[in-house]
Amino acid sequence: MHEWSLAEGVVSAASRVAEEEGLEEITEIVVMVGELQQVDREALLFALDQLRTPIMGRARFTIEPIPAKMRCRVCGGEWSFRREALSGDEAEAVHFLPEMAHVYIKCPRCGSPDFEVSEGRGVWLASVRGVRRVG
Amino acid sequence: MVDPRLEVLGRRLSAVDEVIAVASGKGGVGKSVISTTIALALRGMGRRVGLLDLDLTGPSTHLILGVEGVRPVEDRGIIPPKLHGISYMSVIFFSMDQPVPLRGADISNAIIELMAITRWGDLDYLVVDMPPGIGDEVLDVVRLMGGSHFLLVSTPSPLAIETVGKLLSLLLELKVPILGVVENMVTRPTAGVKGRLEVLGVPYLGAIGYDPELDEALGDVERLMGTRFARDVERLAEEVERRLNKINPEHERMK
Repeated sequence: MHEWSLAEGVVSAASRVAEEEGLEEITEIVVMVGELQQVDREALLFALDQLRTPIMGRARFTIEPIPAKMRCRVCGGEWSFRREALSGDEAEAVHFLPEMAHVYIKCPRCGSPDFEVSEGRGVWLASVRGVRRVG
Repeated sequence: MVDPRLEVLGRRLSAVDEVIAVASGKGGVGKSVISTTIALALRGMGRRVGLLDLDLTGPSTHLILGVEGVRPVEDRGIIPPKLHGISYMSVIFFSMDQPVPLRGADISNAIIELMAITRWGDLDYLVVDMPPGIGDEVLDVVRLMGGSHFLLVSTPSPLAIETVGKLLSLLLELKVPILGVVENMVTRPTAGVKGRLEVLGVPYLGAIGYDPELDEALGDVERLMGTRFARDVERLAEEVERRLNKINPEHERMK
């Protein structure tokens, strides 16, 4: 997923959470980012900062990377994602569309593309901290 | 835990007037050629049109359009390239024409990602070429692209009619807007499709004749739009617009 699209989604989701929880100010937003997404941390922080809304005035954005692990559905083999195993174009394709991992990555043990990303796929808004409206 | 991707989806389609999902349930009935040609026909009528190939594991609209050497532009997401005046998006820009072996949950995730990053901008119509079947793609379009109008494709074959009938029953049950069914590859008048639709109360959008010259024209848009098949699809495009204008008269004024 692209950093700007992701930042838009995070800001929108955090605003909704703040509204639902009756927050008058957001102080911290924690985002968990799977390694498979290959999100550029600095680019995401920059985009989040640019899209910051008044309720996020001085909020801190925390990005927690989650290492990506794969498990083969055919032979049960497990391995970790290695960015350097992909060419530039392949890595970019997986960045925009992480499911393209099934096009460019094969099980190192049996060669199958039929694997699951057991950890480190996806992006989640993990928590929104803030100050509740009084009354 | 909130998935921020879902927050962006609605915004990506906020400036798209109508989404037309071309589906069938059955493979090989001509969905992709009809999707592509109706997109070109609507463009020919002066409309702003996008075409999204949602057949992630078997995309083919790029072959019909003759897509070569173009790529989307990265700008706060992805801007689809314009081909023959149509904004075009397909998994082929990321799969580099290699096989895409995806299971159900992966297909759903890929659709969400693709829709979250694609910035269509202002469109009168976004035509979506659906894969065959009543699987993840159909359910995701219903779930994520609420208000999409389904245009179903059948052939006179009883096998196609039966499968299209099942998809129709599902869409009717889910209260999804259905434009109607077009009958493709017609060689002689038959009553099968019409009869089935009458029972279900779904509009029959007309017949598209079998055109033996169609295959030769694939990949060459000018030649494609000169076929008898394209004449029939142009009539279908006019009929689709008439029906959409009736459903939402506001759009007619805007065009």
